[in-house]
Amino acid sequence: MPDAPHTPDEIMTIAAARHLRDCDVCFVGIGKPSAAANLARLTQAPRIVLIYESGTIGAKPGLLPLSIGDGELAQTADSVVSVPEIFRYWLQSGRIDVGFLGAAQIDRFGNINTTIIGGTYEKPQVRLPGAGGAPEIAIAAKRVCIILKQSRRTFVEKVDFVTSCGCFGDHRSEHASTTVITDLGIFISDSTTRELVLSSLHPGVTEKRAREATGWDLKVSRDLNETSPPCSEELVVLRDLYARTALAYGTSAGSTSAE
Amino acid sequence: MAEITSLREAITDLVHDGDVLAMEGFTHLIPFAAGHEVIRQRRKNLTLIRMTPDLIYDQMIGMGCASNLVFSWGGNPGVGSLHRFRDAIQSAWPAPLHIEEHSHADMAARYQAGASGLPFAVVRGYVGSDLPKFNPKIKSVTCPFTGETLAATPALNPDLTIIHAQKADFEGNVLIYGIIGIQKEAVLAAKKAIVTVEEIVENLEAPMNSCVLPHWTVTYVCEVPGGAHPSYAHGYYQRDNAFCKAWDTISRERDSFRAWMTRHVLSTADFSEFMRSLESEKVKIDA
Repeated sequence: MPDAPHTPDEIMTIAAARHLRDCDVCFVGIGKPSAAANLARLTQAPRIVLIYESGTIGAKPGLLPLSIGDGELAQTADSVVSVPEIFRYWLQSGRIDVGFLGAAQIDRFGNINTTIIGGTYEKPQVRLPGAGGAPEIAIAAKRVCIILKQSRRTFVEKVDFVTSCGCFGDHRSEHASTTVITDLGIFISDSTTRELVLSSLHPGVTEKRAREATGWDLKVSRDLNETSPPCSEELVVLRDLYARTALAYGTSAGSTSAE
Repeated sequence: MAEITSLREAITDLVHDGDVLAMEGFTHLIPFAAGHEVIRQRRKNLTLIRMTPDLIYDQMIGMGCASNLVFSWGGNPGVGSLHRFRDAIQSAWPAPLHIEEHSHADMAARYQAGASGLPFAVVRGYVGSDLPKFNPKIKSVTCPFTGETLAATPALNPDLTIIHAQKADFEGNVLIYGIIGIQKEAVLAAKKAIVTVEEIVENLEAPMNSCVLPHWTVTYVCEVPGGAHPSYAHGYYQRDNAFCKAWDTISRERDSFRAWMTRHVLSTADFSEFMRSLESEKVKIDA
């Protein structure tokens, strides 16, 4: 049977959803991470616990939230707690299995920039929203998963500002790992060098293309895989989620880029 | 006991040029009506504090109310960037804006420290981040028991905190529910507090353990139905996502921003007139 046709955006979201396991406790950022986490909840990980920084624990939204604090998240959560509680008792205490983040720029060690592009900190060319919850999510979660579209503008040798620490440093346990999922492939941090290594290419993407979209000399795994194409269930559930969201809000949550 | 008064009188009495003002709300219950009143009264040189500055701070910054901003994430939730916030930082328009930037966990801890009467907040955070290099208020402490290095930042104690809530009773006790964010800590950390509410009722009927601010922690309560629009008030109305999207266009250019603010905020007497002004524009567009 031929593979179902899909967009680069869909394979990115689906590959990210597959990274999540049933019963994982997942701290979710808004936008693409939230789409992927909810896709996982509606497919292979029905018992996943989704925590949003607005204080909603165990949220089960029927629509993709447009903001991190939508009423839908509160309405469907097991518990709604205050913002200081979510960061203290639930994040910094080490209860989170996966921190799921987006980024404007990333470097070869998975450092994330969501602060400025170009110029200086005091006088940037483009001022981005800033850190939000990411600096602590990136260091407190057992695994970190970062999802972003890959190009020479986003995959850079050196980020313009390190907002949140990537996969280097010895502050995390030796089992901690960072996975970066893009529209081209999957990158996993090396346990010794902490450098991101290309470990899987999405169907139809060549190694050459992945290299061209990377601003550093990309390391490629000796066991380079090809990402399994989306199955029809994954595509149906994801498209349905976007369609329901678009119908409810008159917009596409799939295209939002806020934190 | 909190005094029940009009929003105009509350702002006139408690917001002064140069004050340190926190207006909180975590995408829910954002005090838009109060922000508009600060703009109408032409307050200047404020230090604005907010974890998630969004449209109302964009409006206040663009109208020249602020000279300092203390924050951890500035954006239009679900839409993208704040153009007035960007313009102030990138091009000092309409005035230079000094920023003091933290993470969410840190800002939350700073409010908690302020509410607790403690001098500083402790966070297991910022490891590997550049933020401490650019923000001298982010320092570190060594735990006297374990030797662990932790981030330390000064407590937040605003001159005034303003929040929006669902209900207050005649005495001024305030009930907040749904996503309660950082509002309780922000009120308890401040020297004075104004709470705008959807309605003032005889009896709060607050369930046990709910988030209630006792009347003696609040200075003024003002009844402003719809006062969180275009954000939402759980149990009352939904977020106006179309407006948040439209703001991206309205605020993109300085002239269109100024024209909109003059027409709908400066030329209206209060929030209910503002809402009617918005509504009349909508009707014209629909026709």
